[in-house]
Amino acid sequence: MRRLRAAKDKAARYLMLGIGIFTILLLLVIGLSLFFKALPIMREKNLWVLLSSADWKPFKGDFGFLPFILSTFYVSLIAIIIALPFSILTSIYLNSYASKNVRRFFEPVIDLLSGIPPVIYGVWGTLTIVPLIANKIAPRFVEFSSGYTILAGGVVLAVMIIPLLISIMVEVFRSIPKEMTDASLSMGATKWQTVKKVILRKSISGIIAATVLALSRAFGETMAVLMVCGNTAKIPHSIFDAGYPLPALIANNYGEMLSMPSYESALMLSAFLLFIIVVLFNGLSRFTLNQIERRYQF
Amino acid sequence: MISTNQHMVSSYTNSFIGMDEAITLKKLIANQSIRIENLDVFIEDQHILKNVNLTIPEKSITCIIGPSGCGKSTFLKTLNRMHDESPEVKISGKVFVDDENIYGPHVNVIDTRKKMGLLAQRPCPLPMSIFDNVAYGPRIHGIKKRKAINQTVIQYLQYVGLWDEVRDRVRKSATRLSIGQQQRLCLARGLAIEPEYILGDEATSALDPLSTKKIEALFVKLKEKYTIILVTHTLRQAKRIADHIIFMYLGKIIEAGPTEEFFNNPKKQLTRDYLSGSFS
Repeated sequence: MRRLRAAKDKAARYLMLGIGIFTILLLLVIGLSLFFKALPIMREKNLWVLLSSADWKPFKGDFGFLPFILSTFYVSLIAIIIALPFSILTSIYLNSYASKNVRRFFEPVIDLLSGIPPVIYGVWGTLTIVPLIANKIAPRFVEFSSGYTILAGGVVLAVMIIPLLISIMVEVFRSIPKEMTDASLSMGATKWQTVKKVILRKSISGIIAATVLALSRAFGETMAVLMVCGNTAKIPHSIFDAGYPLPALIANNYGEMLSMPSYESALMLSAFLLFIIVVLFNGLSRFTLNQIERRYQF
Repeated sequence: MISTNQHMVSSYTNSFIGMDEAITLKKLIANQSIRIENLDVFIEDQHILKNVNLTIPEKSITCIIGPSGCGKSTFLKTLNRMHDESPEVKISGKVFVDDENIYGPHVNVIDTRKKMGLLAQRPCPLPMSIFDNVAYGPRIHGIKKRKAINQTVIQYLQYVGLWDEVRDRVRKSATRLSIGQQQRLCLARGLAIEPEYILGDEATSALDPLSTKKIEALFVKLKEKYTIILVTHTLRQAKRIADHIIFMYLGKIIEAGPTEEFFNNPKKQLTRDYLSGSFS
């Protein structure tokens, strides 16, 4: 009886270990299978040429990924530049200023926002943001813009990641002990001084972590961005040019490339690139966070 | 308004002159103390403080004792208006600090809090260096001159006996100090805003006996210049350092008086029961 219990205990332990390892292996398996599928095109062409060329003519056999890589970065960058101040200020308001009732109203609404399917954001972007840029914003800066632009993608993406950022940051700010803000307030600091000098300072690593998470999401967001970005395989020279991020490339062309092996392999390479970007980016930010925490151990 | 401005100006000139001149200056300004009239505090529907009337003598240590939940900490928070941060707290009555009702209509809460140095139950260093912790108060109140801030920081770190222990690492994080050092740092930080009163909310309850002793010694030293109000849960501490005792029970002040009289000759039965340990 006792032996059976011990055996069960052991079995449970190894079962869970196995499942855990399987989850991690999954990441590896996905990465490897993408890599092997992308291998033919990398054998056929120099990888550096693939990455740095802007020529994308699949039917002639030219596969230059630069426009897609740049579009991915530009769109995500614009999204985070717009979303960060919005979400930091909103979460500070919710955490330090808002009354309980306001918070009780806001927080479920924000959670709801992050649950809206991306395609709805895409439709909204097409109906409002794209015309707004084409008719009102772009004419101030450039001669012509269709509205289907990097900027439109960035704005729609920003709207999509703001709820995510807010709900993480509210948690980050909430984790600051009340004694700490009280210590600042009791010395006669105003709320705003306390926010600037204590709350933001204390939560800097949390804010960075939230940003990383949001950016990872932004890199991979497909549907909404695809709908408003214009999808032209050219290097965008301004935010009023059309862009073509990697996920949109894959989603748009997967299926129709089956007749051409090198095209298929090229698309697999773009998926692999996206995978590597997200993994590298996560690793890099983890490293930076560690550095920050080590340097300012507050 | 004019008088508070004057006060701010003169108390900040303290940073430029020695501690002793500062004391005389302070004496000229602050010969008033705290007077409380008909104070009632409600938290949601609970009546926490019931019709408190009290005068707190200046330049001495007043200890508030009583069983947990009797309203000691709530009382302390009414003195620096920290209840403002909790909308569920309702306060009525008057609290005169330096003859000004701090719950009056035209009072600036920042001026009130600046007069009160608070020492919390657990030391809570701000997320910055040791130096910046002490410099925090002067900086938020608008002091920019580096020399003045340097002087203030060193002066108060010396005053709490921390300077020699931390002088090579004042630019390092404050959280690496021991908990006793942290509490002295918090005291220095509170003193750096040049308050007139010091409020301690069970300020030694998280500390080891040696650190407790150091903080108590500092309180005794500080009462020459400041009016000190301490909430404490240890009767022995009250006996050791208090000049006056206030005994609270269920939100009411049961008995108040000079320490010796209070302990040797308590007037109320409830006080006698509490002192003999019948309840705590």
